[in-house]
Amino acid sequence: MSGKRRLILLSVLASVFAGVFLGSGAYTFVSANGTSYLSNNPEVCVNCHIMRTEYDSWRHGSHHAVAVCNDCHLPHSNVVSKLYVKASNGYHHSKAFTLLNFAEPIRIKPGNAQVLEDNCLRCHGELTSEITAHGTLGVPTDPTRKADLYGCVRCHQEVGHGPMG
Amino acid sequence: MNDNPTPLLSRPLVRMGLIAAGAALATVLVMALYASISSRKAEAKQTSFKLVDLDEKTVDPAQWGKNFPRQFDAYLKTSEKYSTKYGGAGSEGLPKSRIKEDPRLVTIFDGYAFAIDFNQRQGHAYMLDDQRNTKRVTERKQPGSCLHCHASNTVAFRELGLKGGAPGTLDEAFSSPNAQAQLMAGFEALCKMPYADATKLVKHPVACIDCHDPKNMALRVTKPGFIRGIVALANSAEPVPHLPSIEKWRKGDKSVAYDANRDASRQELRSMVCGQCHVEYYCGPKVTLFFPWNKGLKVEQIEATYDEYKFPDGHRFFDWQHAKTGAEVLKAQHPEFEMWSQGIHARSGVSCADCHMPYVREGALKISDHQVRSPLLNISRSCQTCHRFPEEELKARVTSIQDRTKALMDRAEDAVVNLIDDIAAAKKAGVDEGKLKPIYELQRKAQWRVDFVNAENSMGFHAPQEVARILGEAIDYGRQGQVALRDLGVPKVAKK
Repeated sequence: MSGKRRLILLSVLASVFAGVFLGSGAYTFVSANGTSYLSNNPEVCVNCHIMRTEYDSWRHGSHHAVAVCNDCHLPHSNVVSKLYVKASNGYHHSKAFTLLNFAEPIRIKPGNAQVLEDNCLRCHGELTSEITAHGTLGVPTDPTRKADLYGCVRCHQEVGHGPMG
Repeated sequence: MNDNPTPLLSRPLVRMGLIAAGAALATVLVMALYASISSRKAEAKQTSFKLVDLDEKTVDPAQWGKNFPRQFDAYLKTSEKYSTKYGGAGSEGLPKSRIKEDPRLVTIFDGYAFAIDFNQRQGHAYMLDDQRNTKRVTERKQPGSCLHCHASNTVAFRELGLKGGAPGTLDEAFSSPNAQAQLMAGFEALCKMPYADATKLVKHPVACIDCHDPKNMALRVTKPGFIRGIVALANSAEPVPHLPSIEKWRKGDKSVAYDANRDASRQELRSMVCGQCHVEYYCGPKVTLFFPWNKGLKVEQIEATYDEYKFPDGHRFFDWQHAKTGAEVLKAQHPEFEMWSQGIHARSGVSCADCHMPYVREGALKISDHQVRSPLLNISRSCQTCHRFPEEELKARVTSIQDRTKALMDRAEDAVVNLIDDIAAAKKAGVDEGKLKPIYELQRKAQWRVDFVNAENSMGFHAPQEVARILGEAIDYGRQGQVALRDLGVPKVAKK
């Protein structure tokens, strides 16, 4: 077989393989409701079943009529940081749910806890500025213990996720 | 040979080959991801697969296990031995044989079967074998009522009830009036049988059917003692804020008796199914087994219920006559449901299952862990769901409660033993029985309180303050008795 014919054959093969990859990738993306993750719909967060408890309790929480998951859990300062946080959380969630190697109970990471705290202040800041002026908030519950609840939700635990019972 | 060979990666053939290989590898990864997504979706869609039909006659948990393998596998794991500082089989804080290594208990239980054999607790899987083998059963005559809690017996009760002439058939739904009549008739009959005969009617330790409806797996209570006991509690005036359905029933039409299976919420049932057995009760032989909840669940309310209770022969309630003093005393049995009811967790709406059967995730499924055991073996799932502190910190908090309880209980046991020895000495010295009568009462009170804590499986954790209050009273009654003896001029014996 001449070099040219070999090249044509191999090109066809590469094209077929690339096509198979794109096709199966697209199919997987659709079957996993890939586009839904670009929406603001809270039901998207239970695509993964892991967040079922959080979703159910949010529906009973005092904020369910005024805030969805993204309102509290994504930054709203600018679109770049919003998409970055969404992508990085999406990546970590997918990895954890695929490999099932995460610790339970699930705990919010410090960075995401900061996002959450910022969002409390985004809506209630005017009201709470009197309090935050004293610098009592925005700190971990207890730095020596690496507890993961910051600021507002340290006390107001049930406003977002509602009673867990 | 070419003097100027094209670099390897610039050759079209190599490039094409790499693209092909790369695309193939990427496809493999994508397909693996697709498979994972599909299986997660399937896990969430179908939580159980019905292989066998379950009904009110299916006692064998292995049959249920065919439909619910995850729950069944965990249930089987209750045969695994475990120990915590103050619990399980072979713990460091408590002796394997509790009477061999704590001789005070032999003095306290003198004249009662617990003085011949009293061992560390083991997992659920052992409950029937342990009961059949303990010297308390092999060397003493015991009634069939012991099986109320140590075996799966809904079907055994109903079959026996039918034999005794109860209406209907075994096929009727458990909640039907006929089934309830069968259950109660069989329960009365089984309690009267000698243990050796009664135990032949049962095959399994606690099983699925005791807590679950075979048709839809809903939680339910099936043990007659509890069904009657919770009615008695509902009819009492004692506030039960941790059981809101009872509070609600009291405000409504009381002409229809409280029925846990009809009125209680799922969260309440997650404690009540455990309360079918983990309670204080009278187990016979003089009258049918009953839970002493007519006045409430606190230690002195149960005591008052017993003090007012008359046996058929007209005699006041007592469990046995103490061999050393002759006092008519009480024996407490594992009152966990009652003690939990006095604690902050119950008050906050936390059920038994929340800590002893915490949720576990298997793939996309979330199920209750049916390996019922100490939360100390599962701190992350049991405690950290609410308490956001490291495991060591939580464990240290529990241990400090339990260590304090143990230290206080040691003092209380000493007080009771000292009183018993002093009463025995007074009898020897010929003190008039009439004068000793009020002191017997103090022994009964002190002993009942120590035992209420000692027999309760949490070493104080279920309600730390309540336990300390009870032990404080125990010490006080014990020493009061000694002071009263001094006033009678009895020679001094016990020193501690």
